[in-house]
Amino acid sequence: MAEIHNYTMNFGPQHPASHGVLRLVLELDGEVVERIDPHIGLLHRGTEKLAESKPYNQSIGYMDRLDYVSMMCNEHAYVRAIEQLLETEIPERAQYIRVMFDEITRILNHLLWLGAHALDIGAMTVFLYAFREREDLMDCYEATTGARMHATYYRPGGVYRDLPESMPRYQPSRFCSKREANRRNRDREGGLLDFLETFTDRFPGCVDEYETLLTDNRIWKQRTVDIGVVSPERALQLGFTGPMLRGSGIPWDLRRRQPYAVYDAMQFDVPVGTNGDCYDRYLVRIEEMRQSNRIIRQCVEWLRKHPGPVIVADHKIAPPPREEMKHDMEAMIHHFKLFTEGFCLPEGETYAAVEHPKGEFGVYLVSDGANKPYRLKIRAPGFPHLAALDELARGHMLADVVALIGTLDLVFGEVDR
Amino acid sequence: MTASDSWISAQADWLGNRAEIRVDRDCPRLITTAEHLIDVLRHLRDDPECRFEQLIDLAGLDYAEYGQTEWSTDEATATGFSRASVAATSARYSFADPHPPARQDGRFAAAYHLLSLSHNRRVRVVARCASGAWPTLPSVRTLWHCADWYEREAFDLFGIVFEGHPDLRRILTDYGFIGHPLRKDFPLSGHMEVRYDPDLRRVIYQPVTIEPRVGVPKVRRGEGHG
Repeated sequence: MAEIHNYTMNFGPQHPASHGVLRLVLELDGEVVERIDPHIGLLHRGTEKLAESKPYNQSIGYMDRLDYVSMMCNEHAYVRAIEQLLETEIPERAQYIRVMFDEITRILNHLLWLGAHALDIGAMTVFLYAFREREDLMDCYEATTGARMHATYYRPGGVYRDLPESMPRYQPSRFCSKREANRRNRDREGGLLDFLETFTDRFPGCVDEYETLLTDNRIWKQRTVDIGVVSPERALQLGFTGPMLRGSGIPWDLRRRQPYAVYDAMQFDVPVGTNGDCYDRYLVRIEEMRQSNRIIRQCVEWLRKHPGPVIVADHKIAPPPREEMKHDMEAMIHHFKLFTEGFCLPEGETYAAVEHPKGEFGVYLVSDGANKPYRLKIRAPGFPHLAALDELARGHMLADVVALIGTLDLVFGEVDR
Repeated sequence: MTASDSWISAQADWLGNRAEIRVDRDCPRLITTAEHLIDVLRHLRDDPECRFEQLIDLAGLDYAEYGQTEWSTDEATATGFSRASVAATSARYSFADPHPPARQDGRFAAAYHLLSLSHNRRVRVVARCASGAWPTLPSVRTLWHCADWYEREAFDLFGIVFEGHPDLRRILTDYGFIGHPLRKDFPLSGHMEVRYDPDLRRVIYQPVTIEPRVGVPKVRRGEGHG
């Protein structure tokens, strides 16, 4: 009889199911996974080191590029850490704008996760559906900040500018007839808030569509039910946060338990799973999209009624308005100092966390009283999640590894930093 | 100290000389040593008044240049930026500059962020490394499993050795990387660069060809400046 050996297989780093650049060294017994050794760091850009060499206000853009599918949530943790050390109170309107964009970002993230996860395990259509709605939300990003992804919109002390009064329109072209352009522009007559209002009316129906495709789908359930089961005790030990922890049945959500910005004024539910498998985590994330939609709606209604400033008037932290600079010497000096030297933080250390779509995203900031951070540590939710892949995958089939990578919701920008 | 931090004063007796208590703006901070670290963390995890079920984060720290600046701002001077800057920190002006870290003992530490879900509170434990040939700390992998990768990361970036860790390999840097990049004496641009060589028709490693430079100098402005 032939001797049977375990064999070692390499997966990635360039593999469509690795969601970026993940290299796995798998030890297999036939098709059963014995051990996984993830090799990460292929996207390591030294964000923490770079931030140490720059003034505080020049690193916001790096935060976008950490988890590059939930950009503004990363920024939120960073500016919150700075605001905590400065002890700045930011205007209420800015808080509502931040909450609204955090939730828009959550939907963006979950839509990409849903599309990619489904594509990985054999459902092509969901991807196309998910990207249809992503496009609308990307337009909101673009209308407000000028960038579709890397917004650099949150600033210490508030947000960069107020919400726009108009939305970008489609132009008729070779690829888009006049009639089609008019149809697409129908929701874009008013400002951003009007557009979002119609979006929130429409979006629950879209989530129903995704669910029709997946929730009771036999193949989907065969691929996800009882795959990667994590008990609540193990979830805590493994450092899980966010939907990964809630999928295991622990109702822990920073927005509810340690509210920041204006989350304490919001009505929303925190979904939890019961079995802690991939299917439960799928259900949790689907429900989170519906809840995010509710929060966006509440923010839209509040923002309509309450105009006001969106950034603090303290020009030591926030730049003065352009027009003031044209005639006011002091404003000019403030602007110059702010963009050449930045501002100094008082000496001390702080940790600020937000409920990021993937889990707890935290920024640990050590300041020695200078205009640059002495140490900036980014707590990326994906890092402990990926560390648990070995434990999750043991005893599963090789094909389930792909389902597990999908359910962890990995983005290597944040894992590798 | 706010009411939500009062639990830490109840722990002061037990902590005694094991850890020093400070209260930051966000949560209490315990400063301890490598020797007491395991005791303190196990107590924080298991004591019913603490119950920190989760290790949220582990960050290496290098205090070598703490409080140093690249531009002295105390005295007014009459000319441009270049005369006031001093190559005192890792953002030095050429690779030839000698750069001994100002501070050698007590240079390295690690910050552990713990989260208690049952009491809804956080605490930060900063442990000074034992110095020797390598800065060392005991591994806490047996207390919280997720410490495994966090310790590998701190080892990779700072060269902190976690005793008792079963598999202390590099994690974020390249295969065959030399040095610990988040140490303050490691230059921002690194030492090696990678490029494709069209003559050799393969990717090669070579010493960096760029000069290190400081864009914005690090300054400290006191309270009430400007």
